Parts: sequence; C-alpha cells; structure tokens
Amino acid sequence: MKSSVITFPGSNCDRDMDVALKKFGFNNQMVWHNDNELPKGDLVILPGGFSYGDYLRCGSVASKSKIMKSVIDFANSGGLVMGICNGFQILVETGLVPGVLLRNKYLEFICKNVFVKIDNKDNPYFKNLDKEVLELHIAHNEGNYFCTNDQLKEIEDNNQIAIYYSNEKGQTYEKDNPNGSTKNIAGIFNKRKNVLGMMPHPERMIDKYLSGEDGSLFFKNLIKNIK
Amino acid sequence: MKISAIITLKKDVLDPQGKVIHQTLDGMGFKNIEEVRQGKYFEIDVKENDPSKAKVIVEDMCKKLLANLVIENFKIIETQ
Repeated sequence: MKSSVITFPGSNCDRDMDVALKKFGFNNQMVWHNDNELPKGDLVILPGGFSYGDYLRCGSVASKSKIMKSVIDFANSGGLVMGICNGFQILVETGLVPGVLLRNKYLEFICKNVFVKIDNKDNPYFKNLDKEVLELHIAHNEGNYFCTNDQLKEIEDNNQIAIYYSNEKGQTYEKDNPNGSTKNIAGIFNKRKNVLGMMPHPERMIDKYLSGEDGSLFFKNLIKNIK
Repeated sequence: MKISAIITLKKDVLDPQGKVIHQTLDGMGFKNIEEVRQGKYFEIDVKENDPSKAKVIVEDMCKKLLANLVIENFKIIETQ
C-alpha cells in the first residue's frame, strides 16, 4: 500500500505521520508542496502544522500550492485523501469538503486528549473498526467547524459527518465540545466519502507507553480496508 | 492603480475577537457600543489603469483567495 504525505512550509506533523504510516505497513513517501506530480499511490495525507504560518486564513495559501492541483485531481477521481488538523483546514479551503474552520470559541489554543464518536462506518476509513469511540489528541487554534444551514442539511442528508466530539461513552454533549464546533463535528467526509478531514491526530496515538493505542487501531484498520 | 478590498465576517458568523474588543472598549469606558466586528483590509496595486477593469481583477482575487465566501463578505473600493 503506497501513501504520500505532503510537506508544506510550516507542516510539523508530517514526520509523525510518516512514522505512523510505516509502522502499520504503508510504503510511505514524502512529497514536497512545490512538486507538480503526485507519485502513484493509494492514499494522500495532508498533515497537521501551520502551513505558510497560517497567513490569511489557516490552510488558504497551502490550498493553492502547486501539488494541490494533483491532489484535487486524485480526490476527484476517487482516490483517498485524508487531512488532519491543518490538513483539514487545507481541505476546506480547496472546497473538497464543505464548511470552514473558525477560531476556537474561547480563543484558546487547545492541546489535549479527546474522545470522538464515529458516526459513519460506510467508508474506507472506519469500515470494520470494532470500536465506536476513539481517544485521540487535538492541538489547534482554529478547529471550530462552521457551515451554512443549507450546507449542514446537505451534510446530514448525505451522512457526511465522520466523527463527533463526545464523552467516553460516545454521548455528544455540549460540554464535550472543546472548540464550539457546529453539532460537535470533529471530522467530515466529502459526498463520495473518499476524502476525510478531521481535527484529531490519530498519528499521535500509536504507542501505548507514550500516549494510547486508538490511533493504531485506526491505521491497522485503514490499511486492511485499502488492501 | 490602487484598489482596496475590505473583508468582513458574515452576520451569522461568530466573531470572538470582535466580542473581546467590544468588552475591552466597554471596560475602558466606551459604553455606547452596539457591536464590534473585526475584518481585514487589503490594498492592492494592480497593473491596470482602467478602474472598472482593475476592480474586476480584485473582485476575482477576493472570490478565489482573499475571502472565504462561506463565512466572509467583501467590498471593493477604488482608492486612487
């Protein structure tokens, strides 16, 4: 299984993602933002970080960088594209997934573990995962998911909500919403469910001694689904 | 010629920074504020002397990069 992680100036989770992908069997390649062509593969990851210093709006400049043309083509042809954290912000700026990520409601940078409830398993990312709630890590300043009412209706009608912020039991109360996201949304799909954007970092949960293992479950399941 | 663009958040979008500025101004004694909304201002020197053409170019820039139309509106002003 071949994967590519795109490195933008200011990406800082690209190497963590590389380590995680390789640990679970992906043949991963790092791709520079200024390259024209995406290497052939099964999965493209837009990693977390602060691409272009978060200038203008988070992800807006990266979404126009050279490599993104091939990433958008790959996504439109059905290829799997996953954006984590800043990668999610880049995805919304390309328009591949609907909505936008606003500054956190209480203007704080949030760095902590959260629980997320998986809403939709009818997709290559969560299919056959035998857990409903994952403990993952978030670290962001702009993770407050927002969309128009029309967009929200469309997202809900098409089952595009991937994960919600929740408590350990998977209940999605307002108090478990760290950043003010609409409906506790932590991650969403495009219509075809081949593009996933999410704020939590699965790559930070791949070692039981350092963090937790729920990210390992995610990656092990993902590679099985792609095979 | 120089064209300016002002980007503001749409009415329904939460603007926590605007709220904090409002509270701070209020604390300083400016008690007569209804609401504060924070936005962005761009001054772009376009290589084009026809004002209407220059405005069209900047409008395109706003739509494609400078503003995110899900949450923001833009207004274009001729400055020179």
